[in-house]
Amino acid sequence: MAIFYVLLFFMVIAAIIAVETKDLLGSVICVGAIGFGGSLMFLLLCAPDIAITQIVVEVLGLIILIRATISRDHTFITGEREFFGMVVSVAVLLVIFLAGIKVFESLPPFGTPIFAQVTEAPSQTYIEKGLADTGAANVVASVILDYRGYDTLGEATVLFTSIIGVTIILRTRSRKRLEELDT
Amino acid sequence: MKGMTVIVKTVSGWVKVLIFLFGINIILFGHLTPGGGFAGGVILASSYVLLMLAFGREFVQKNLPISLASRLDCLGAFLFALVALLGVVFGGSFFVNFLYQKYMPGQALDLVSAGTIPLSNIAIGLKVGASLFLAIFALSSLHRDFQRPEAAGDSKHPATGQE
Repeated sequence: MAIFYVLLFFMVIAAIIAVETKDLLGSVICVGAIGFGGSLMFLLLCAPDIAITQIVVEVLGLIILIRATISRDHTFITGEREFFGMVVSVAVLLVIFLAGIKVFESLPPFGTPIFAQVTEAPSQTYIEKGLADTGAANVVASVILDYRGYDTLGEATVLFTSIIGVTIILRTRSRKRLEELDT
Repeated sequence: MKGMTVIVKTVSGWVKVLIFLFGINIILFGHLTPGGGFAGGVILASSYVLLMLAFGREFVQKNLPISLASRLDCLGAFLFALVALLGVVFGGSFFVNFLYQKYMPGQALDLVSAGTIPLSNIAIGLKVGASLFLAIFALSSLHRDFQRPEAAGDSKHPATGQE
């Protein structure tokens, strides 16, 4: 259990440095450190599926952010923070903090799965019958592609629609014009 | 982006194959081991990002043109919806695992088992890989326009690189 507190402390420190540092590249690297700490936590909580996804997306995002950062001429932030924006941010954070205290009071303790406490939880059914119902040894795959296929369909639709939008917006010439140029 | 030094190009030329094979492994064994379509697709996309960083955009554009990536994206989405729709035809309801329940139950822990789940994993891997590749390609083209504002009026198309 102590390892989680160490990781949490590390992530909090990295987050504070990421916000406070004047160097954009250092800030990006600190954001990456937060993500890797999170993926280590998932791994230690016996969730390798989420750990793999987290670490892969984190590496990809980090590469993009670093690539976008180091090619700029000025990577150092200068100037003071705006007073009004800071007050609004602190107020919003305070509200989220107070609401978070209420939420965390009703959650089970950290590291204890909810199906260990609620006997009729649906996740218990998935674990018991997943292999017999779907034949997949990986329970996560049986949940996201069989029991909860609609969720995955919605997620795929969101990704598909956003990529279609991106490719359409970035296409500055019409298909007709491109065909004319090809011939 | 002209690419990096010879050392980086050589090493990434070796490593890209391993990354690609690892992504395929993660996708194909998604129903047996941790991983699956999404994580494997991101790994496939990241192998092309490595190529893009090491060799430059034009090299990747020759290897995997935008039109082909867009078609792979659509193909993945279509296959996923097709597998779900075949459930209506053969199993009676949307997203039913008809292959496992009726036709080929298979041995648990085998590569060919679990019915439609590996098929859906392959479709999602294709879809996510192509989508993320397109997204990163689009981001890098935006970035180039940022870098050289005087080049915005030249004849190269920012997204497709076509004349």
